[in-house]
This record gives sequence, C-alpha cells and structure tokens, in this order.
Amino acid sequence: MSQQELLTKLTEAINQNVANAIEKAELPYDFPTITVYKDQAHDVLEFLRSDKDWNFHFLTDLTGFQTADEKQLGVVYHLHNMMKNIRVRIKTHFDINKPEIPTATDLWPGANWMERETYDFYGIRFKGHPNLKRILNVDEMDIFPLRKEYPLEDQQREDKEDKMFGR
Amino acid sequence: MNGHSVKRSKLNIQNFEKMSNKPIKRTKLEMAKSPQGIEGPGFFAAKLDDVIGLARANSLWPLPFATSCCGIEFMATMASDYDLARFGSERLSFSPRQADMLMVMGTIAKKMGPTLRQVYEQMAEPKWVLSVGACACSGGIFDTYSVLQGIDRIIPVDVYVPGCPPRPEQIIEGILKIQELAKNESLRRRNSPEYKKLLNSYGME
Repeated sequence: MSQQELLTKLTEAINQNVANAIEKAELPYDFPTITVYKDQAHDVLEFLRSDKDWNFHFLTDLTGFQTADEKQLGVVYHLHNMMKNIRVRIKTHFDINKPEIPTATDLWPGANWMERETYDFYGIRFKGHPNLKRILNVDEMDIFPLRKEYPLEDQQREDKEDKMFGR
Repeated sequence: MNGHSVKRSKLNIQNFEKMSNKPIKRTKLEMAKSPQGIEGPGFFAAKLDDVIGLARANSLWPLPFATSCCGIEFMATMASDYDLARFGSERLSFSPRQADMLMVMGTIAKKMGPTLRQVYEQMAEPKWVLSVGACACSGGIFDTYSVLQGIDRIIPVDVYVPGCPPRPEQIIEGILKIQELAKNESLRRRNSPEYKKLLNSYGME
C-alpha cells in the first residue's frame, strides 16, 4: 500500500466514523498528515486507537506548535501501528486565547508526560489530564517559553550589552 | 635463581642523552616556600595565620560539581597527565561536608540552581568556589530561559576560569589562584562583618 493509498483509506474511514472531522489531508514528505477540527480531535483519536483494523496502539510522539501568524496553537499526534507498520500524523489547532483540548491519556497512558511537556512549553491545557503541571522547567516559571510572544533569551544577561563591545 | 633473570635496560636520563645525542631540558624543582619567621636550631617561629594558610592551601579537598564538557576537562586534570594531586588536591570529596573547594564545571540550569546552593551551604567553613568555563561564569552560549546566567547569581565565587571548555592547564591555574587566596587569608576573615555582609547579600546566614 503506497502512502497515498493509505491516506485515502484513512480519510474515508475517519469520514465514515466521525462526521465533519477532517479539515485537511496532505502528504508532506510522503507522510500521511490529517488536520482535524479541535472539537472532533478526541473522537478521531479514539477511533484510530480502538478500531480493530487501524489499531494505532502506539503514540510515538505528542507535541505542540504555534502557527506563523502567532494567533493559534496546535497539537500534533504521531501514531504508529507496529503490526502493520503504518504511521499517521494527526494535527489540530485552536485559538491561542483558549488553548484547551481533551487529554489523550485515556487512550494512551504514555501521553501523560508528553502532555505535561506540551503544557510546560506552550501552555496548552489538556482537559482531564490526571496531573497537569510543569515537567521540565522550574515550577516558578511564569511564562510558556516556546510561545513566540516570549523572548528566547534570558532577560538578566549582562555581558551582551552594547558597552561590552564598545558600542 | 631460576634462570629467568630479566636484564633491564638502563633507561635513565644519562643513557637517554647518550642515545639521542642531545641534552634534555630539565625542570628546576622548587620547594614550597616557608612562611616568614624566625629560625634557630631546633625551632621555627612564624605567624599562625601563615602556617595554617600554608597547610590549607596545600591540602584543598575539591568537590567536583561537573555537569558537562568542562567536567571532562576536569577529569583530564585529575588524571595522570596533568595530575592535580601534585598540588595537594589528591582526594576528591564527593560529600560537601568534607570539601574545601567547590569546583563548578559546566552549564547550570535554573532547575539545578537550588541544588548547587544547597551543596554550597552544606560545606564547612572555610570554603572556596572555583567557577570553571564560560557557562558557569556567565551562562556562556546558553543565553536562554532555562539556564542560570552565571553561578555568581546564587553563590559567591572566588576564582573564575574562562574558556569553552578551558584546558586543564587553565583549571590548574585557577586552583593555584585559590591556593594563593587560602595562603593569604586572615584567620579572622570568615568572622568579619564584610564576609557576613557578602553571605547576607546572597541570602545566607
């Protein structure tokens, strides 16, 4: 089965089981990528996880992103079916002012730490997550560092001031 | 004698010079200088400060706090080629309570900060801190939200060793500088109001 066939079949299966879920289906770098609407995202994941034929039993990765216009945040799920060796990428996005999405920990327990990490860096709140708190950064941090509105550099740095370079 | 006597070649400097037909550069060894004092037959009188300073300086127990590549340079410094033991720092102390000199080598993430501070607070006086490498001194190339921009934001530092990473010679130079500090430190310094003020500025008692 070519990746194009896989994408077509997947899109059909999702359309049959979850109504009005798919926003976009693409094949960037020959990798099936399906963008779904936020409200249907959990249903789509649940279908892909529990369906006997598709059975994406392994969540390879889960992470966040911010769109180039800086107005939206998103979540990417990388799913893997090891028996058939097929992979798919599910994307969803939502308004940055209301970054909420249902958790995937009920489908894959491994999503627990990945969702904590995504919360830590992007501030995306996963509804229903059992323990949503920072995992990598210090607990006192009051920003979400990978959002574009926050500067990457530490604001306390002194030796990069102009006077250090004779300017 | 069992007939297996081994004939050893005489590989000393004289023979080596003969074999290679050129003179070998020899290091002039110097003994540690004794402190100023009055010497007579069977006695030597000097200031207690000087004698204790000499003893402290030549038996500094380092606590290596190695978090990244500078730590690898430190391992070379400890090993046979550079041999930190020559300077009286033979014994690494992995417990802060017996250490005299905290050597911070590598990037300190902000999350590591409280740990480093606790290690420093657990050390007994007198104690010295050597900050090795650009990251420990100023944050180095890691000008980013997660990295502490220099350990002197949380603990007082005595000697900074720049470099990314510094060579073992530079680390040894830093330790020699700390030895100078230890030699010349007044015994009363750790009780002085200036020292208390320094610690207070870091929020320590």
